[in-house]
Amino acid sequence: MIPSDGSTASTAQNDAPVGAPSDGGEALVSVRDVTKRFGDGPDAVTALSDVSIDVPAGSFWSLIGPSGCGKSTLLRVMGDLIQPTDGSVTVGGRTAAEARRARDYGMVFQKPTLFNWRTVRRNVELPLEIVGMGKDERRKRAEVMLELVELGDFATKRPGQLSGGMQQRVAIARALSFEPSLLLMDEPFGALDEITRERMNDELLRIWQRLQTTVVFVTHSIPEAVFLSSHIIVMSPRPGRVLAEIDVDLPYPRSEDTRELPRYFELVTEVRETLREAQQL
Amino acid sequence: MVNKGLRATLNVTGVLVVLLALWEGYRAAALALGNTWPGTDVALPIVVRGSGNADQFPHIWDVAAAFGRPYRGGGELLSSFLLGELAYTMREVAVGFVLGVALGFLLGVLFRQSSLAERGLMPYVIASQTVPFIAFAPILIVAVNQVEILPVWMGVAVLSMYLVFFPMTINTLRGLRAAPATAEELMRSYAASWWTRLWKLRVPAAVPFLFVGMKIGATAAVVGAIVGEISAPSSEGIGGAIFAFGRATNNAVQLFATTIVAGLLGIATYLVVVLLERSVLRVYEGKRS
Repeated sequence: MIPSDGSTASTAQNDAPVGAPSDGGEALVSVRDVTKRFGDGPDAVTALSDVSIDVPAGSFWSLIGPSGCGKSTLLRVMGDLIQPTDGSVTVGGRTAAEARRARDYGMVFQKPTLFNWRTVRRNVELPLEIVGMGKDERRKRAEVMLELVELGDFATKRPGQLSGGMQQRVAIARALSFEPSLLLMDEPFGALDEITRERMNDELLRIWQRLQTTVVFVTHSIPEAVFLSSHIIVMSPRPGRVLAEIDVDLPYPRSEDTRELPRYFELVTEVRETLREAQQL
Repeated sequence: MVNKGLRATLNVTGVLVVLLALWEGYRAAALALGNTWPGTDVALPIVVRGSGNADQFPHIWDVAAAFGRPYRGGGELLSSFLLGELAYTMREVAVGFVLGVALGFLLGVLFRQSSLAERGLMPYVIASQTVPFIAFAPILIVAVNQVEILPVWMGVAVLSMYLVFFPMTINTLRGLRAAPATAEELMRSYAASWWTRLWKLRVPAAVPFLFVGMKIGATAAVVGAIVGEISAPSSEGIGGAIFAFGRATNNAVQLFATTIVAGLLGIATYLVVVLLERSVLRVYEGKRS
């Protein structure tokens, strides 16, 4: 149902990180002993404590945990949007700041954050404009990206005229338009209803396999994390740290049928029980 | 649409009719009562005296008719005299408004970029508006007129600018801060320069706020120009005419007529900005197609 013939071919390569130990693949992102404190003195809040993870190139990793576990903070540290108090982040051998300046990051937030004074197509063109791509080329690229998220017919509409799910697809097209090596997604489907969310999950996997990018995905939905990810980081709150890492050994490409596999339910249960432990800590 | 426009016109006309009726009603009552509260010899707040040109509280139709009559014993009609003065004042308003909007916008951008500049300069910007501007209007105008390359009306235009820039600064600054945090993060993730952030995110996000500043500034520009003309030694423009008619004892009709022109100028200036806003927002919100 979901993958086209073109993306099936790339699946073999994307299978590689699946089931492999997390330190087995070539790490694109290395987070080393990252601690983040907000504020000073007795009022200081430790959002992250000694977090170390290695995200292999081409993989799909999810960060899951209860509110306040620092998963969004970790994502922002990885994207050089906030600075860690301690520790370091490297992306493809570069520091996070260098990676950001080299435009290695595509970001998608819970709110689509589209500019309503631009048409849908010109929203997708925004990063291309900033990178300095010529007018004709970026227009063509934006149209290709909109086709990819199946919104080609909405290029001249304003974002406000689109549904929430469509807006988020535009945001994904925008994030991928300049071919960043790393896609950072902060609860991108958190505001959508369950049916739309599952459709978006299918679409995201299809796009990910087509473009072979690396994704770090923040969510608090267990089924979403299991369905999408090759690897799940379970985090605990106060202070945020890595509680467990779970490899998701479900084969790609995944589809509606994947959600009915016994192994899928086992993994959902495993993540749920790990999270319950986290709550009791 | 047509219905809505018609209703608005009827509303405005209705209010106008009520105001005119109140005016004439008060005038008739004051004359009937002999200008005192009934049964006392305490004077009414506004005394209606005499008739014709020397009347301190003239009939509406006398004021209207004054436009078509010579304004001082023969010669030029009041309406044509006021048109000339209006043109003079409009130039000051236009220049003062444009300068004030530009200055206010630049200060807003400066304060958005540099909190050091905001902390250092904002207290002075606020202080500049707490000083009663009528008090130093003559000083400012004379000072500007010292600069010989500038035309005489420039002094009044600068005073007008002085009233315009403040609401513009405040609203620009608010607008430049209106973009959501994630939009700023997005621009940061693209490693966008401050210039790019300014023109591709902050200024577009500020557009509705810029028009709030401009609408307040439009009426302030007219107030500044007319007060400036009243304080200026040259006594030109609508303000100059108000000053001249107000000083003489038998010019009430002309004074009221000139004041009406000043009021119309204020409304017209405001409407120009509203029309500009409408056409800009139509493009901004993509409502053309």
